[in-house]
Amino acid sequence: MDKPNEWLYTDKVKDHFMHPRNLLLDEEKFQADGRGVIGNIKCGDEMIVVIKVDKKTNTIAQCKWKTYGCASAIASTSVLSEMAVGKTLEQAYQLSSRDIAQALGGLPEHKIHCSVLGDKALRAAIDDYYTRNGQLDKVKQEKEHIICQCLGITDSDIEHAVLEGARTYLELQERTKAGTVCGKCKDKSLKLLEEYKAKYFKEEEL
Amino acid sequence: MNNKTKTRKVYLDYNATTPIHPEVKKTIIEAMEFYGNPSSLHEPGRKVRGMIEEARGKVAAFINATPEEIIFVGSGSEANNTVINLSSCPACGTCEASGCKTDKKIITSTIEHPCVLEAAACQKERGIRVSYVGVDKFGKIKIDEYQKLLKEKTALVSIMMANNEIGTIQDIKKLCQMAHEQGALFHTDAVQAVGKLEVDVKELEADYLSFSAHKIYGPKGVGALYIRKGAAFCPFIRGGHQEKGRRAGTENSLGIIAFGKAVEMRKKEMAAEFKRLSALKSLLKAGIEKNIPDIQFNGHPQDSLAGTVNVSFSGAEGETILLYLDMGGIAVSTGSACASGSLDPSHVLMATGVPAERCHGSIRMSMGRDTTDKDIDYVVEKLTKVIKRVREISSVSIGVNHG
Repeated sequence: MDKPNEWLYTDKVKDHFMHPRNLLLDEEKFQADGRGVIGNIKCGDEMIVVIKVDKKTNTIAQCKWKTYGCASAIASTSVLSEMAVGKTLEQAYQLSSRDIAQALGGLPEHKIHCSVLGDKALRAAIDDYYTRNGQLDKVKQEKEHIICQCLGITDSDIEHAVLEGARTYLELQERTKAGTVCGKCKDKSLKLLEEYKAKYFKEEEL
Repeated sequence: MNNKTKTRKVYLDYNATTPIHPEVKKTIIEAMEFYGNPSSLHEPGRKVRGMIEEARGKVAAFINATPEEIIFVGSGSEANNTVINLSSCPACGTCEASGCKTDKKIITSTIEHPCVLEAAACQKERGIRVSYVGVDKFGKIKIDEYQKLLKEKTALVSIMMANNEIGTIQDIKKLCQMAHEQGALFHTDAVQAVGKLEVDVKELEADYLSFSAHKIYGPKGVGALYIRKGAAFCPFIRGGHQEKGRRAGTENSLGIIAFGKAVEMRKKEMAAEFKRLSALKSLLKAGIEKNIPDIQFNGHPQDSLAGTVNVSFSGAEGETILLYLDMGGIAVSTGSACASGSLDPSHVLMATGVPAERCHGSIRMSMGRDTTDKDIDYVVEKLTKVIKRVREISSVSIGVNHG
């Protein structure tokens, strides 16, 4: 399948990486209706997604972004910005990391966490729009909860670890260091591990 | 970046591997005529045996060793693994030599190549204690810390001579002396140093030293391990009398013969090349500094390999920089986690105290015998454009602040 000089990524990824769509070049001028930021450059990835909403139809009229990260992080935010436009806020909220990976013709497994950030940033932008427009009842913001108190590891850290390949408690600890100090959070972590495994992977993939 | 005109190709990853020297290539092609097994007594066998021994002589002389002190192995990694594995072998005498039969310990550093670090971690599983000596912000071993660690009885110390990522060169002679004073044996991974710096094992007084052919314009798949005459040893690969029983397996005769030619060519070229690369390094660093804001060079400002430049660009991620440069025909490497397939950025940069975000934005450019000043001009020009573009895409460049 792999040609000897083939890229790590698909042609679609390459295209979006080389020619990013809907790049946010002048944020002040854009006047976003909603803005979401996700990630942390310490971890190597961070993205900003901004949206303009057509209030009559409740659809996303424009979606722009900026990303600090690897090629798949850039390509996934780029493709997401195309996917989001024209969708209602409800529909856009449902876009998942899997949808993004699929639209790119697949991503290497260890890269999936990059695209997960794109959809999260979009949801944060939509939530921000709801907040600004007094529709607080619609905000579904995925609030992070600290699970491992000693090291400040959150449920979303655990979610990322599962997406990046952690399948057992030991693998989870290797990736997040959760529960490596006092160990009191083990039960909570185990429960989340199973939940996220069930959420993102089919039985046969595990 | 997409123009159809032939893009210039600039290879700046000589620390990863080097192209085969044209003279070495000739030697390999000629040597392909000779297929005999060097262990065979007949003429075809004896012919290849002679060629291997000639190569051994050259390789030994290159580091001022005797031929008996050199064994050929499959790679630098194998050479390193062979030495680290000595520490858990009850028969080899490594520990007896240091008088710590019951409490075996090895010391290595936090910036070693993964083949040393993982071999050491494996020894830990086998009950050997492993201590890691830290480095300062330039990547130099912390001498006080090292001295302290050596106070506990130690069987073996393994510290690299020059670092592959940041190029920092250690004072191996001093580190070796300190180890010997405490009765420990000393190994140095000199894979990045041999062929770039003058290496003299007699002067260093090292007990073991590893190096590899493909870093010095020889072929891949052949390394050498220097074992000081009289130093404890135990084979890692068993089941044959090759290499005087120290490394089983039919010799990689083509690789070894080519290795001999590679060191011969290095001997002729390395002094002039050192000067040339030092000048190119200054040119490259000056060009980057002049044209690109918000950068930081990593590694030691002076005690560093002549051809190695490691630099961090704030607000730009390493894999992205690497791939954009690749499109422009420039081959570099990065310390970013994204490119390595793991979550963690370069352990070397982290060990020198470089913050994670700067590691993610780091690029290593390593030059060699084919690098020209025109290449450097081209690289500076491309790099300037690439960084500008990557920062344009980056969320960090617009100064987003979030706790």
